[in-house]
Amino acid sequence: MLRKRTFSGGVHPPQCKITAHLPIEEVPPPPQVVIPLQQHLGAPAEPLCQVGDAVKIGDKIGEAKGFVSVPCHASISGTVKAVEPRLHPLGGRVLSVVIENDGKGEVSSSVAPDPDYMDCSPDELRARVREAGLAGMGGAAFPTHVKLSPPPTKPIDTLIINGAECEPYLTSDHRLMLEQPREILAGVQVIQKILGCKRVVIAIEDNKPDALATMRKTVSELGNRYEVISFRAKYPQGAEKQLIKAATGREVPRGGLPMDVGCLVHNVGTAKAIYEAVALRKPLVERVVTVTGPGVRTPKNLRVPLGTSFAHLFAHCGGLTEDAGKIIMGGPMMGIAQFSDEVPVIKGTSGIVVLSQRESRVAEPQVCIGCARCVDACPMKLVPTHIQTLVRHERFAAAKDYGLLDCIECGCCAFVCPAKIPFVHLMKYGKLKVYQLERAAAPKSA
Amino acid sequence: MEKERFLSASPHLSDAESIPKIMYGVVLSLLPAAVGAVYFFGLKALWIMLVASAAAMASEAAVQAIMRKKITVADGSALVTGILLAFNVPASVPLWLPAIGAVFGTVVGKHAFGGLGYNPMNPALLGRAFMLASWPTSMTVFTVAPRGGSLCGIDPATISALQIDAVTQATPLKLLKVARGVLAHPSAADPTSYASYAKAMGALYDSYGNLFWGRVGGCIGETSAFLLLVGALFLLYKRYIGWKIPVSYLGTVALLSWAFAGTDGLFSGKPLFHLLSGGVMLGAFYMATDMVTSPVTFRGRLLFGAGCGVITMVIRLIGGYPEGVCYSILLMNLTVPLLDRHTRPRILGEKK
Repeated sequence: MLRKRTFSGGVHPPQCKITAHLPIEEVPPPPQVVIPLQQHLGAPAEPLCQVGDAVKIGDKIGEAKGFVSVPCHASISGTVKAVEPRLHPLGGRVLSVVIENDGKGEVSSSVAPDPDYMDCSPDELRARVREAGLAGMGGAAFPTHVKLSPPPTKPIDTLIINGAECEPYLTSDHRLMLEQPREILAGVQVIQKILGCKRVVIAIEDNKPDALATMRKTVSELGNRYEVISFRAKYPQGAEKQLIKAATGREVPRGGLPMDVGCLVHNVGTAKAIYEAVALRKPLVERVVTVTGPGVRTPKNLRVPLGTSFAHLFAHCGGLTEDAGKIIMGGPMMGIAQFSDEVPVIKGTSGIVVLSQRESRVAEPQVCIGCARCVDACPMKLVPTHIQTLVRHERFAAAKDYGLLDCIECGCCAFVCPAKIPFVHLMKYGKLKVYQLERAAAPKSA
Repeated sequence: MEKERFLSASPHLSDAESIPKIMYGVVLSLLPAAVGAVYFFGLKALWIMLVASAAAMASEAAVQAIMRKKITVADGSALVTGILLAFNVPASVPLWLPAIGAVFGTVVGKHAFGGLGYNPMNPALLGRAFMLASWPTSMTVFTVAPRGGSLCGIDPATISALQIDAVTQATPLKLLKVARGVLAHPSAADPTSYASYAKAMGALYDSYGNLFWGRVGGCIGETSAFLLLVGALFLLYKRYIGWKIPVSYLGTVALLSWAFAGTDGLFSGKPLFHLLSGGVMLGAFYMATDMVTSPVTFRGRLLFGAGCGVITMVIRLIGGYPEGVCYSILLMNLTVPLLDRHTRPRILGEKK
């Protein structure tokens, strides 16, 4: 038997994919949505509407400012109630547009299908992707059109469609592959046309045999020459650099980007959104969210208008249990804990996991006993225990030499640590200090 | 929202392992050899283990109380030190000796450096080195023969046929050391003793079974390779130790003893004999693999084990002691920061 494709390092957290068999449900429209004008990496969008404006689904309410930025659109029809800073799931308050639902569900006239979309030039396709406000839907939310615009010196020969979904609990990509494989593959064709890349790999972990079979079948039905490859289920199989290594054997250079080795990685959800953006001219106004975890009474996969509050989704999932302790946006390995359930679903919200009180408690960190589990687990082949020691001693330059900036914050080291050292926290802090020190040391421009 | 929610940095899941779990796992893995020690050397062995463990735990609690630190004696690490130290003394020692060794190992070897996680050297081995230096006679004269066997490991019936005194007094490694001295210079030795030593060596090499099961003289916890391997398999299964250090340690010992430890020139040695005798098994699986005092990198661990193997064999073959496990590991402990620094793995994407 062939050796399963994978990378070195990584961990095996319990999978808990309890929603894997549940079809995606439409969530009832929320009474109001809060749409932050920054849902992506890069510059925030500028508001295009005022309080009292009437908006329809797909109307642009925020204009992109700069190249690394995307616009935002109304996800329900109704009236703008406020344009003000609101709580954001990534922390702090961000300028947001609050829309009250009028219950009519009217769609903007700009949403108009274009059956001849494949005749468009790559530039036109890219422009439509940008206009639709697309940002990576796997979680990191990098503006999609930027990824689709590699410089001519860095040709892309391999497109990897990421359906690994290695985070425990999350099943939104899994369900999407089962329910909308044709839309995903149509999106892949668009990306292929934009980039002109020959090889297309659809990467799925082997714990989703049904998704593998569905994608394989659809690929052959459509007569596409895409490789649907099974990867070993191991966290973080879906991390960009690890996926590229496993799929092609290439290593993204330190501090470099996938395009440096001729690769590009897009999430399956992004591929589907690309299809909708160019073929239906439909902006990104909704996404699939897995609402799950022991703290949720009835876990579900939901199709949700962006800006819907977590609380609305919980209400639709039978509410939270008495025992609910921690609300996480994203998966339990890399997600971000929330102190309020009033935060909205954004473009990068792949799931909401609610843990029980017991699981939520943070053990008191102890001293490192040098067991080397973190070293064996690190998918970047760092020595996390040494880096955390250097960060604690404020030796940031030395920590950088040890690869602090190469850390992808996947959390494998913290997961396996018997001393419960908060590695990811220390890595983030160390990176922040390195950037601060480098900025302070850089010559000041007048 | 009315209910308070927990907040923390990712990841929000954690493996079930903890430091106490690992330490008590090690204690569990030592139980077969501990039971074996009592079987082979009698109740005295039990007392030695109890005294050493109690002394290690009591001194840890006392140091932490005096320094107004959190008392962590329940985490099991002091217990591990106590048992391992007890394993490293002969059954004939007075009971105050392991007590003093355990206190020294815990206080000087561990807490003088900041406690668990900060000690550069294995506390149990440091305690043993201290006892060896201060009370050499008590530590190196073996007088208690194991149940069902003899001090040197040769079957009692065979010994009486051999008619040499040295055989009845020595442990296998000591016998080998003396015999090699005689056999390596046939012209200088008187023919009678040459012949009897040659016969003794033959009998020694025929007694692998005794060495393997533990019917041989030595420190109470190190004699039975079998019982130590049972515990080691458990540790490997639970991933509390890795294969790198034991394999490189034992491999180096095997290679060097095959090459240099024979009496008929190069490559006439018996690797199995060196692997089974003395404290190599105990050292390779339980002491060199001590998490705190061994490297964390892949190549670092291989080099560490190989270094232990080289020093062990240098001491056994050239040094003044018949046994070199303790000092080899202590010396290699001191190289750990250096090994770790120079064996950092190549970061993914780093230029080769």
